[in-house]
Amino acid sequence: MREELLAIIEKNSRIDFQELAVLLGASEEEVLNELTALEKEGIICGYHTLINWEKTSIEKVTALIEVKVTPQRGQGFDKIAERLYNYPEVRAVYLISGGYDLLITLEEKSLKEIAGFVSDKLSTLESVLSTATHFVLKKYKDHGTIFNPKKEDEREVITP
Amino acid sequence: MNKYLSKKITALKPSGIRKFFDIVSEMKDAISLGVGEPDFDTPWHIRDEGIYALEKGKTFYTSNAGLKDLRIEISNYIKRTQGVGYNPDNEILVTVGGSEAIDIGLRAVINPGDEVIIPQPSYVSYEPCAVLAGAKPVIINLKAENEFRLKPDELLNAITDKTKILILPYPNNPTGAIMEEDDLRAIAEIIKEKDILVMSDEIYSALTYKEKHTSIASLDGMKERTILINGFSKAYAMTGWRLGYACGPKEIIEQMTKIHQFAIMCAPTTSQYAAVEALKHGDKDVEEMRQAYNQRRRFLLDAFRKMNLECFEPYGAFYVFPCIKEFGMTSEEFATRFLQEEKVAVVPGTAFGECGEGFLRISYAYSLESLKLAIGRLEKFVKKLRK
Repeated sequence: MREELLAIIEKNSRIDFQELAVLLGASEEEVLNELTALEKEGIICGYHTLINWEKTSIEKVTALIEVKVTPQRGQGFDKIAERLYNYPEVRAVYLISGGYDLLITLEEKSLKEIAGFVSDKLSTLESVLSTATHFVLKKYKDHGTIFNPKKEDEREVITP
Repeated sequence: MNKYLSKKITALKPSGIRKFFDIVSEMKDAISLGVGEPDFDTPWHIRDEGIYALEKGKTFYTSNAGLKDLRIEISNYIKRTQGVGYNPDNEILVTVGGSEAIDIGLRAVINPGDEVIIPQPSYVSYEPCAVLAGAKPVIINLKAENEFRLKPDELLNAITDKTKILILPYPNNPTGAIMEEDDLRAIAEIIKEKDILVMSDEIYSALTYKEKHTSIASLDGMKERTILINGFSKAYAMTGWRLGYACGPKEIIEQMTKIHQFAIMCAPTTSQYAAVEALKHGDKDVEEMRQAYNQRRRFLLDAFRKMNLECFEPYGAFYVFPCIKEFGMTSEEFATRFLQEEKVAVVPGTAFGECGEGFLRISYAYSLESLKLAIGRLEKFVKKLRK
């Protein structure tokens, strides 16, 4: 049940446990217990909402920043990652294989603020060797969701 | 003009679904639960492979039987799902949808006066195809109390010395019924004993919600008596690609290929390339869609329980077949009033055979949101009728 439950709420976190029970063919109690367990185990980390900010009047600029760092003895990349992810404007931090080490998603109100973060906070860290900042121009798809209106049902209304 | 027309064709009854389609088409804002095809788009990697085939200029006929690579993949697929081995060289024919396979499969085995046994309610094309092939259709009226499974005594009663072939349509459209291995064993014994053939239409085989589907061809001594029909429409959401296949004894496949060669040449080439991709890398997509259908199925059954509408639990395809006999209306009256008063289109059970009287086919090839909306209206309608 766990895998199917996760698949459902990953797409729709607002679904209630009664409906989950129906869809999964399980009892409401089983579903509640499973949800509690998933939260306790840190498997479900939150119930966020996916917002297409471009459609609002609120200005947001997103940048992806590649960071090369020197890993620290005994702590590898974790220490430097922690210093970065504690900034609230840092939306995501990934350790990456390949040409650089960390990939950061940064969300700010303006280009200037992003520039400020990179020059003042990021580049000045001792273990940071270099950075490369890429600005997001348009989001087509995020969290598995395509950002344009769903098309109509084009099927014939009745077919055998 | 009529004097020019073929009497055999003019005598054919038009599909019962057609009549209802015309009524629905005139209702602009109706929501439909009447569709017999998946609501999902064909998975992108499969579409992409079709596009790639076009880009590469793969725009010629394939061999009559279909691309060798596709027949190999079909053979592998049936081996891994059913444990039955078909030789890609002479036991598999790629057709234009499962429907073509039904038509030419019957034509390849029927002699004038032969009888074809057709359990109903079932897909609309078996009976006309049997008639066109020159056979006499013998209908078995399946029973709701057997969950619309075919029972051995029903089959025995229908068999005469003229019986050539039984059509076995499971998982079933419109009832959603399945036949499990034990059910099939009992039927297979009779088929062997009476020395007849079986055409097993397994187009919904990937969509079962209990045990995995068992093909009658996988039972002892049945491969040589079975024309197995399947296709890509339902499992991979590829209805518009028009691609199916038939597997069977090489003597039958050879004759079917002859008809196919003269009438069709070959199935669409683009679709065949896409289908190779579907069979190689599509298992995950099928499982995801199956899971979504299963959730909707549970939702509908739960909704019927809550409104006290009688419905057996179907374990296959994407249909539920609730009983509406308590309202004292025919299926057609119910469906027509439901459409006019609540603007929801469902298909009367009678479109799939007379014994579908008293039932409705409701398709769950719709998003949960659409189903919720439609079921809300059904509940309202049912309440009104019970007053």
